[in-house]
Amino acid sequence: MSDEHIDEISGVSTTGHEWDGIRELNNPLPRWWVWTFYITVVWAIGYTIAYPAWPLLHSSTKGVLGYSSRNEVKNELAAAEVAKGKYVAAVEAKTVAEIAADDTLREFAAAAGGAAFKVNCVQCHGSGAQGSAGFPNLNDDDWLWGGKAEQIQQTITHGIRFATDPDTRLSEMPAFSDIITADQIAQVSAYIASLSGKVHDASQIEPGAKVFAENCVACHGDNAKGNKELGGPDLTDAIWLYGSGETAIAAQVRAPKQGVMPAWGVRLGETRVKELAVYVHSLGGGE
Amino acid sequence: MLDQTQVERLEAEAVNSAKVRQPMYAARKKIFPKRASGSFRQFKWLVMAVTLGIYYLTPWLRWDRGAFAPDQAVLLDVANRRFYFFFIEIWPQEFYYVAGLLVMAGVGLFLITSTVGRAWCGYACPQTVWVDLFLVVERAIEGDRNARIKLDAGPWTTRKLVLRVSKHAIWLVIGAATGGAWIFYFADAPTLLGELFTGTAAPVAYITVAVLTATTYTFGGLMREQVCTYMCPWPRIQAAMLDESSLTVTYNDWRGEPRTRHAKKVQAAGQPVGDCVDCNACVAVCPMGIDIRDGQQLECITCALCIDACDGVMDKLGKERGLISYATLSDYNANMMLATADGACSVNPALVRTDDGLFSDSVAHFHIRKIFRPRTYVYMAMWSLIGLGLLFSLLTRDRLDINVLHDRNPQFVTLSDGSIRNGYTVKLLNMIPEPRTIVVTLGGLPGAEMSIVGVDLPAGRSFAVQVEPDRLKMLKVFVSVPAGQIHGQAQTFTFRVEDKVSFETNEYTATFNAPEIAR
Repeated sequence: MSDEHIDEISGVSTTGHEWDGIRELNNPLPRWWVWTFYITVVWAIGYTIAYPAWPLLHSSTKGVLGYSSRNEVKNELAAAEVAKGKYVAAVEAKTVAEIAADDTLREFAAAAGGAAFKVNCVQCHGSGAQGSAGFPNLNDDDWLWGGKAEQIQQTITHGIRFATDPDTRLSEMPAFSDIITADQIAQVSAYIASLSGKVHDASQIEPGAKVFAENCVACHGDNAKGNKELGGPDLTDAIWLYGSGETAIAAQVRAPKQGVMPAWGVRLGETRVKELAVYVHSLGGGE
Repeated sequence: MLDQTQVERLEAEAVNSAKVRQPMYAARKKIFPKRASGSFRQFKWLVMAVTLGIYYLTPWLRWDRGAFAPDQAVLLDVANRRFYFFFIEIWPQEFYYVAGLLVMAGVGLFLITSTVGRAWCGYACPQTVWVDLFLVVERAIEGDRNARIKLDAGPWTTRKLVLRVSKHAIWLVIGAATGGAWIFYFADAPTLLGELFTGTAAPVAYITVAVLTATTYTFGGLMREQVCTYMCPWPRIQAAMLDESSLTVTYNDWRGEPRTRHAKKVQAAGQPVGDCVDCNACVAVCPMGIDIRDGQQLECITCALCIDACDGVMDKLGKERGLISYATLSDYNANMMLATADGACSVNPALVRTDDGLFSDSVAHFHIRKIFRPRTYVYMAMWSLIGLGLLFSLLTRDRLDINVLHDRNPQFVTLSDGSIRNGYTVKLLNMIPEPRTIVVTLGGLPGAEMSIVGVDLPAGRSFAVQVEPDRLKMLKVFVSVPAGQIHGQAQTFTFRVEDKVSFETNEYTATFNAPEIAR
């Protein structure tokens, strides 16, 4: 460092550094700034003692306050559990019909059920529960196994055609290609299509009705309105799980597709299933 | 009448002036403002009383809003997201009223500054008001300027200790009262006061009081003029706001210079003599520690106390008041031209006076007309238009509102009878503190019927819904249209709400979606 040099214009001493005749003024830092800096240093030392800070080989110092962000999350989750505890208890204690009738409880259960739906159900039923070909739309008012809250609960708990659950919903339409002739299949398909006002060949209806009476009424009912006890679909309405129109109907008569839904009772527990049932029931089609 | 030499000369140095600019980062030189008296001082006392009165008393005013709303006249209910101002209640989505008021305050500040300079700084700014208040305490305990200088320079005696401790204690009490009053705007004041002293108030209340006590004490007691000089942006902005017709506190050197303490001697020598007797009264009273005779400067907050001090001296000398006065730059320049014979000589007060010692007719004086100029007209027009707009909006605003969210997933559902159903989340806003029965009706969309989740009534086109006072009610509504009556993929219709008692109505235009080929 060179000798002390005072800048002529400002009267401030310089640091002695010089670049091409330009010198750096040696203005002191403001005192409040310096003191704030010292205080932050002291604070930092205290902080590293109080909180986890120094890295060790496989972990870090724990800090005398014993703080841990993981514990904080755990405590917050526990607090959230406690906060919703009374609603959860009420959901546990009441039947789905009672829950659906109580405004506050229905809102709570539907919100919880909605969250569970997003995790477990959307893969088949869609994020809006709107379904798709082969997977039922849960928003509408057509129910294969009944749309009352407790019927929905039963379906979710035990599933449909889920082999390992003895109480599962079971219906099995035979493959009629082995039972009736191709002509008869065409006739009955035309008849079924006519029930919901679809385009059809009028001459086929009468023989089709006969085929229907002989083979189908056991499950679908005399008037083809279906049977929820047996899971027999209503064939007169506007909603078709495997597609509408004679071709789609004929295909289903010949070799029916049979969807499977897992039983969720064991995996999710009774309370969660109740919440799901209330959610599905609240989508607009609940009976 | 006194002679010049009989006016006491005060040993006052402008510690903050451009002439003796302190080197950077040098320790602050303390300022000991002398008590001033005069009409501006009187006015400042009045402004202080009014502003402090408004600040401290407002939260305690009551306003009856019935059983379902708080009865505090001014209340910022942050927890419930409501703002109450006498007969006005604002919901969060109506915050534009506050934004509008802030814009008006901004334009108002421009208007005031362009006409009377930094009046905000000098009279109404909280920093100025609280420093003034703290100075009152300081003078009451330690005495006026000279006593305070002596005490400050003297050794630490018991008396000094007692005076200083009591001064700072009172400052802290004022600081605590300031912070304390602030929180009453955010909760029911009487309840909170009780909680505050019984230790049951929310931690945020105590923290707020502590922070505001600290800032009030530091800014008002310790930092004072440094806040204005170094921290505040307004002194910088004002340079852009002032013009040659704005009134500012001005030392009229066209009649004051050459200043001298020995007028008779100088006069006898045939030299010109100005009105300024160099008594330093203006410097001694200045809370900013400047010498106004150096001209306009950033540090000057235009508190006008130097005008009071100088007028007092002029009265004693039997001269006209206004050696320091509110003057515009254009008047000042005109008078300077007169006094210097258009710049031909240095200031000669004789040039602005007639032979009998009175001001000549050519001397420019401020005229009220100067306030009214295009710039101030524009400010006034802007200010009034925004104000009228807000007022109109306030008088015609809705207190019954409806918001509708169309379900997006699924957008429509086909029902078993072939009809199409759309789902909506309908929010009814009852914005008055009274319970209401609100009738929701479908408008348009022939054949449509709606049902509400949780309402056990057959589907229909109209439902009466109870809504709690000052609350929003959310409904899940399903609207269905029979297969034969659907015309197009997107039909518009309205949700109409009506209060059958007050006949207030409102409506929301919504869309009904249907699949491409409706059956």
